[in-house]
Amino acid sequence: MTAFGLLRTPDRRRPLTGAARRVARLPGAVQIATGIVVVLLLAALFAPWLRPMDTVTVDLGARLTPPSWSAPMGTDTVGRDLFTLVLHGLRVSLLVSAAAAVVAALLGGAIGGLAGAVGGKVDAIVMRIVDVFAAQNHFLFGLLLVVLTRPLFGSVVAVTLSVAVTHWVSTARIVRSEILSLRSRPFVLASINAGASRLHVARRHLLPHVVQALALTFVLLVPHAIFHESGYSFLGLGMPPTRASLGNLVADSQRSLLLGGWWATLFPGGVLFVFCAAVGTIGAWGRDRLDPRSRSELEL
Amino acid sequence: MWRMIGVRLLSLPAIMLAVALLTFALMWASPYDPAATYVAALTGQDGASQEVRDAYAAAWGLDASGPQQFWAWLTNVTRGDLGISREVPGVPVTRVLLDRLPATVLLLGASTVIVLVLSLVLGVLAARFRGSPIDTGVRMLSYVGTFAPSFWLALLAVYFFAIWGGWLPAGGTGDVRTETGIELRYLILPATTLAISQLGWFTLFVRDTLLDRMRDDHVRFAEAQGASRTGALIRSALPNALLPYVTLAGAHLPELIGGAILIESIFGWPGLGNLARRAAVSVDVPLLLAIVLGGAVLTVLGNLLADIGYRLLDPRTRRSPA
Repeated sequence: MTAFGLLRTPDRRRPLTGAARRVARLPGAVQIATGIVVVLLLAALFAPWLRPMDTVTVDLGARLTPPSWSAPMGTDTVGRDLFTLVLHGLRVSLLVSAAAAVVAALLGGAIGGLAGAVGGKVDAIVMRIVDVFAAQNHFLFGLLLVVLTRPLFGSVVAVTLSVAVTHWVSTARIVRSEILSLRSRPFVLASINAGASRLHVARRHLLPHVVQALALTFVLLVPHAIFHESGYSFLGLGMPPTRASLGNLVADSQRSLLLGGWWATLFPGGVLFVFCAAVGTIGAWGRDRLDPRSRSELEL
Repeated sequence: MWRMIGVRLLSLPAIMLAVALLTFALMWASPYDPAATYVAALTGQDGASQEVRDAYAAAWGLDASGPQQFWAWLTNVTRGDLGISREVPGVPVTRVLLDRLPATVLLLGASTVIVLVLSLVLGVLAARFRGSPIDTGVRMLSYVGTFAPSFWLALLAVYFFAIWGGWLPAGGTGDVRTETGIELRYLILPATTLAISQLGWFTLFVRDTLLDRMRDDHVRFAEAQGASRTGALIRSALPNALLPYVTLAGAHLPELIGGAILIESIFGWPGLGNLARRAAVSVDVPLLLAIVLGGAVLTVLGNLLADIGYRLLDPRTRRSPA
């Protein structure tokens, strides 16, 4: 055993077995964040069984009642149970945001990967396209896209597409620079010199790195996707009232708020905030793990 | 440097052209019939006759083919004519935009000042008292600012400060007859809630960069020579930390525009953000496109100014080519 071996903490060499041990090694904040994300995901997944939507009735006798045991988040201006609405709103918000983040990450990964791997003219053209999208204000440009594509695809797809189209650029840039730097690394050059095919290099050496980066950008994109979706829904341009997301609920709560019903605003937005903060914590931790030097990529 | 400025400024029209092309292509592909909607909105009934619709379409130039419409738009824009607004009937779009520009400039300006000043103060405080309750508090607040939706915070602020406390107005601009047209106390809530969306970020950035720079040799040397920790932090570490801060500010302050749409809508602020929402709701695409192009100009200029500032401030980049 060398001196360096002695310096290592024994804990470090324990083989990683089982998901439980992996979780136990995470920083406390990340553990809590993971717990929150899991609970909220389960709540959204099982919303129809936890609190069926058809139990929501307009009850004008129970207008704007504060939180109680039967209605943990109170009721709105027409006496509907907010807890049920929030669970189902969370479901819509998470579905649309996750879909948007997946599309953005895949789109960015494919375009950035193409630019980085092929290079030359393709790269130059892709980078000019990137310039066009990078010069836009995400929310404002996305709003224009929602307005334009809503008659074509309907609200749900329009919002998903608009968020994806405004957010793929950062992923494309990250993947492209990752591939460019990988292409000149000794282990890749050695592989090429040893006669490996392009496909082999791409699959064995480039893809594993890119997948990591892609997973991370997906996590970092989720809060952004949620902000955009809920923002458009808040403006009345996102989800239709029949598929109310948390953004719709916050928008609706303005009436309650004027009558003193703070709970109608606090809870839907609060759930949104807690989820985004938890995902953001996991994303920040992942980014530090993947690349300790880059600090300022918290947003995308 | 001049070359960089030239390239960036020249790329701006190309970028705007690309956005306009995309917009017109999507409008062309869309089954949405603007003329029918306008007629329905104007007459208050859905079943307006085909002749009325056609007349409106002809009047708006909507009966032309997609490429023709784009060409007409383009030639008009080069003459500084953005068309007649549909959202604000009968008034030229340029006039509508100019009318609303001052309110938005005021709001964005106030928010920018709040973000820059508070993030520096809080970031320096957190870095100086690292690990103390001050640091923890600043970091917690930054987290809330970064991950809480701005429209939610704005509504909660309205409830707390306006409805429950009654200290500040819930919206509007006050007596329009005052000299600025906007009383200062009407600005406080919109500007602050808008600023919070970017503040967390900037604060954490200042804190983290400062802590990094504190490990630099010249900062430790200054401390070894007897400079106080605060003195070393501000005089030796802060200037270097400010370099990336300039880039960050240029890249991220234009993002306030997006938040302004939500915040202006909540507070009934008579600016471009509110106008963008109205244009979106009533599908006034030319008006919305004009605002989007304005946003692109601001974003590109912000990045350009940041790069220029960086080069001026950092002697290492001054002599590098391009």
